[in-house]
Amino acid sequence: MLTVSNLEVCYGAISALRDISFTIEAGRIVTLIGANGAGKTTTLRTISGLLRAKKGSITFRGEDISKLPPHLIVARGLCHVPEGRMVFSNLTVDENLAMGAYLRHDKAKIAETRDYVFTIFPRLKERLTQAAGTLSGGEQQMLAIGRALMGEPKLLMLDEPSLGIAPKLISTIFEKIVEINRSHGITILLVEQNANLALEISHDAYVLETGTVAMHGPSAELRNNPELKAAYLGG
Amino acid sequence: MSEFLQQLLNGLSLGAIYALIALGYTMVYGVLRFINFAHSDVFMVGAFIGYYLGRLVPENTVWGGLVVLLVAMLGCAVLGMLIEKLAYRPLRGAATLNVLITAIGVSLLLEYSGQVFFGATPRTFPAVFPSVNFTFGSLVISSNQVVVIAVAAFLMVALEFIVHRTKIGTAMRAVSLNPKAAQLVGINNDVVISFTFGLGSALAAAGGILYALNYPSIDPLMGVMPGLKAFVAAVLGGIGNIPGAALGGLLLGTVETFVNGSQWSTYKDAIAFAILIIILLFRPAGLLGKSTVEKV
Repeated sequence: MLTVSNLEVCYGAISALRDISFTIEAGRIVTLIGANGAGKTTTLRTISGLLRAKKGSITFRGEDISKLPPHLIVARGLCHVPEGRMVFSNLTVDENLAMGAYLRHDKAKIAETRDYVFTIFPRLKERLTQAAGTLSGGEQQMLAIGRALMGEPKLLMLDEPSLGIAPKLISTIFEKIVEINRSHGITILLVEQNANLALEISHDAYVLETGTVAMHGPSAELRNNPELKAAYLGG
Repeated sequence: MSEFLQQLLNGLSLGAIYALIALGYTMVYGVLRFINFAHSDVFMVGAFIGYYLGRLVPENTVWGGLVVLLVAMLGCAVLGMLIEKLAYRPLRGAATLNVLITAIGVSLLLEYSGQVFFGATPRTFPAVFPSVNFTFGSLVISSNQVVVIAVAAFLMVALEFIVHRTKIGTAMRAVSLNPKAAQLVGINNDVVISFTFGLGSALAAAGGILYALNYPSIDPLMGVMPGLKAFVAAVLGGIGNIPGAALGGLLLGTVETFVNGSQWSTYKDAIAFAILIIILLFRPAGLLGKSTVEKV
């Protein structure tokens, strides 16, 4: 579904990604883990077109998308839930969801997706007319994911969904991510600092270190890898 | 009492024009975070489109006036979108100061091109709308004032509808709140920004026509003073805040008219800038703006 090869990205003179390659097959949950500054967020931003790669290619469903602007990448079915959620704070929950479906025109189908979002996050339905900025962190994360789902993604990229969320809600959100993947067959690329949690729900994992892929393999195997345990999983 | 009402009416009709111009400043600030100084010259071009077209349609008719108004609005919408595409879009991502200086450049370009093409001598704006005075006791309402208030009120309601009830309007608010997130839901920010310029410029053109109806001597530098005052109005209401711009415009026009009718009438132009200084000192976010701490 997505192939990233030899990706190199710079912020001015500083290189953020030196050489990143990975592949995501349809229907999988793939996670990128690694320390702060390893290049996880930069990788997602480059895939969704917010940043431009200096070298390398990004192929999504057989097409090179590395030169496309973000809105055309969304149009191809690749949606990104950014770090820090970035809900439209002054817009209502309803308007946020409507904006998620910005590129779609079939009203009946949009309503169908909306219902689907409400079955996953019933809380959003109760908060429809509330300004998004007044929601709790966890609810905002649900909204951010719901908004991305409104775009009918084939691949959903989630950046740190556990960041700044009440611990009680983190497990709920991760259960929902699995549910989205299983019930709708939406492929998921998950970036997480909480490596334990990410390895638990994902099929495959890539470990990033200073802009390169240091290690990769099935998540179940990596969880028992002694090196990784020492570095990221708290022994 | 009747003098008070008379002044209030005069003030509201001047304020409605400031409000129409201020809306353009505030909307562009909302999506791009800079002051489009060329906006006041779009207002001038609107008046000149009205001037040339006004000589082609029969005078003193409602439909003639409306045609002039609509064509000027359309013409300026296109002009505003062109300015954005040619002058500002290439600077996307550049420092705000660069864009601001460019805006001043575009403003000078329009003013002096205006002098080349329209001539520097003032022209008399044709009476495109019917002109009658309605008298209620000692209160005199000119039909032009009725036109100004009716057109301005209609346009502000229409704008409110567009911004809050349509998809493109919601997208405008989304881009204004978080341009990155807007891109990530599939909004083409360039299209939304272009639309915002078109909308703001159309309102400026309407302001230009309405202004010229009441002060029928027009010249290529006519936009400078009303433009500055509308800018003050936008800051007064809270820059980036749409209802704020409308409120700021009405307040400023009213205050200015009352000062003009008093013994301090010499200071009528100074009052706007005094208000600007006071607002910047005591409530920089404006009347309706939320004060936010600058994030670093």
